[in-house]
Amino acid sequence: MSAAEFLRFDLVPMLAALLAAIACALPGNFLLLRRQALVGDAIAHVALPGIVAAFLLTGSVGTWPMMLGAGAAALLAALLIEAVRRLGRVEPGAAMGLVFVTLFAAGVLLLEQSDTSGVHLDVEHALFGNLESLVWLDAAGWASLADPGALAGLPPALPRLAAVAALLAALLLVFRRPLAIATFDEGFARAVGLPTVALGLGLVMAAAVAAVAAFDAVGSILVIAMFVCPPAAARLMTDRLGAQILWSLGFAAVSALGGVILAGRGPLWLGAENAVSAAGMVATLSGLLLALACLAGPRRARAGAPAGHS
Amino acid sequence: MADGSPPPARGRGAPPPPEPAMAAFLDALLLGAGYNAALVAIGAALLGLAAGVAGTFLHLRRRALVSDAVAHATLPGVALAWLAMVMLGGDGRSLPGLLAGAALSAALGLLALDWITRRTRLGEDAAIGAVLSVAFGLGIVLLTVIQNVQAGRPAGLETFLLGSTAGMLRADATVIALGGLAAILGLLLLRRPLTMVAFDPAHAEALGIGTRRADLALMGLALAVMVIGLRVAGLVLVVALLIVPAVTARLWAASAAAMAATAAGLGATAGWIGAAISAAAPALPTGPIIVLVLAGLFLLSLLLAPERGLLAALWRRRRLRHRIHRRQGLLALAHGEPILEPLTLALLRREGLIRPDGVATEAGRALAARTLRDERRWQVARAIHAAEAAVAGFDGLRPIGEVLTADEIAEIDRRLGPPAEAPR
Repeated sequence: MSAAEFLRFDLVPMLAALLAAIACALPGNFLLLRRQALVGDAIAHVALPGIVAAFLLTGSVGTWPMMLGAGAAALLAALLIEAVRRLGRVEPGAAMGLVFVTLFAAGVLLLEQSDTSGVHLDVEHALFGNLESLVWLDAAGWASLADPGALAGLPPALPRLAAVAALLAALLLVFRRPLAIATFDEGFARAVGLPTVALGLGLVMAAAVAAVAAFDAVGSILVIAMFVCPPAAARLMTDRLGAQILWSLGFAAVSALGGVILAGRGPLWLGAENAVSAAGMVATLSGLLLALACLAGPRRARAGAPAGHS
Repeated sequence: MADGSPPPARGRGAPPPPEPAMAAFLDALLLGAGYNAALVAIGAALLGLAAGVAGTFLHLRRRALVSDAVAHATLPGVALAWLAMVMLGGDGRSLPGLLAGAALSAALGLLALDWITRRTRLGEDAAIGAVLSVAFGLGIVLLTVIQNVQAGRPAGLETFLLGSTAGMLRADATVIALGGLAAILGLLLLRRPLTMVAFDPAHAEALGIGTRRADLALMGLALAVMVIGLRVAGLVLVVALLIVPAVTARLWAASAAAMAATAAGLGATAGWIGAAISAAAPALPTGPIIVLVLAGLFLLSLLLAPERGLLAALWRRRRLRHRIHRRQGLLALAHGEPILEPLTLALLRREGLIRPDGVATEAGRALAARTLRDERRWQVARAIHAAEAAVAGFDGLRPIGEVLTADEIAEIDRRLGPPAEAPR
């Protein structure tokens, strides 16, 4: 395998998966600690109709329309969930399930009805992602990494993911103390005047931004894996927040890089010809790491009965 | 025409062709689109029925979202079953085989979810998210393996993602219909333990009904329903059949039995209509169609349900407002004060209690006097019986005769003195 081949076909998917995993793991840690892991599930399901609606309204699959569309869909979903809860007197879990299943169905039908043949939006990619199609044909060798002309040929998803990951890392560094206090002791946070509602909302919006950026690469449903599995595995390794975040980034990196390599090269090593789904492999690997953590993580033990079980 | 000859004449008396989609939909709706389509519609209806009942119990037990994870966990099993069947030389598309694989992997997913929740310090939400996404990811990897094995020919397994009833084989539709019946039977047999565990787990334990076993049985039945519904609604959306009918039924029903029956009806309706629409639009996946029908039923129920619906609430509020205006109007008449509020005037006029110029009629004066006496009696009653909740909670509208006995009212009258003349 030559350097050019690696750069053309392997590097960008690996980096995209890595950045997507990191972008999702960062807010995912806090969502997990706040027992809001299913918010990731909801965001992933409603991102689809948001992006489809944005595409239908603007005719483009550019970054801003997608982000705005997904953001608007997330807001709409939040409002609908609140409305369903109050008017229908429905419990939160069922309200969430109802709203995001309906929005997802609407999104799928919109997608099927509209003519999206000219663009890469189609149902399969919306669900599975398309890491494999992130090729960088302008690469000719290691020198291309420093060549602005070749770099201009990078798939736009990559710089987008890099920007989002950097943004989220910066935000989390700046807000890590208020966020940590609000997560671990909300009453105390309110007592010292922290804007807990704004922090919670900001966290959800950060997750939405990460989801939309990652959606392009790994598809909507696998975004959930990136939100949940590395932070969950990290949670079982340590009691300290800082260490947990670092562990989750490590697990995210191993899942992403390992997943792309195994999907692309694994079948070849086993004698088969074609690659398998990279996004699926990333999710599977993250699940494997989580399973290992569940079986052997130093802080895996539970004290007391699970919440909600008698 | 290009060669100069006149165009061929239309058949005499031929009617214009009807709009094809609508006609096809109505045909399928009324079971007139052929035996296969009728069977599919019936199967989808039975599936919806079973899902409505199972969903009711899941809702009462607050385990609706666990079903989402279980539904996604069917994908690896479907793919592995296909691979196994093909490697053993059979046809990879045999529905019972695929569904058996789906059931197996879904059961494993459920057990893993249960284990994570009980044995590690992760919460149920994390367990749901993890099982859902990892199982789905594994399933997708296996799907691409199948695609490679098939060398480009689609295995038809993509229909398991979003469902597709159009063009379903007779044998498959039969499997679904029979499976739906079996699930309904199981739910009927287990309805007492499930209801008891849903409402009072401690009491159920005391009676010897193990809550853990009942929960597992319920999840098992829900799993069966989801597996049966895989081909109809697809694994991503089949959970909607379990959630939405139950939530909608809650708006109509007050008891568990009524809720389950209503949910069953709603699910069956959505399944039937969804299958009919799908028959008229074969290119669209069935799952989203059924979900949108369910959502429509939910919206209608939100508006129209008699007690918990929006229109009913608005109606009650309007009625209360009218009652208040009427009473205040009558009291104003009794005190000889002018009435300026147009709604009050309109209400009193409509009942013939005042003349168009605002002067009270005989009937109006009499009623006003009675209302004033009622108001004064209440004032005395609240002084005497201040401690009684029924008296202290006077809402300004209830006649005192509905709350106090005749001799209590007589005592109040004694304190009030004889009735005064109502001013003209």
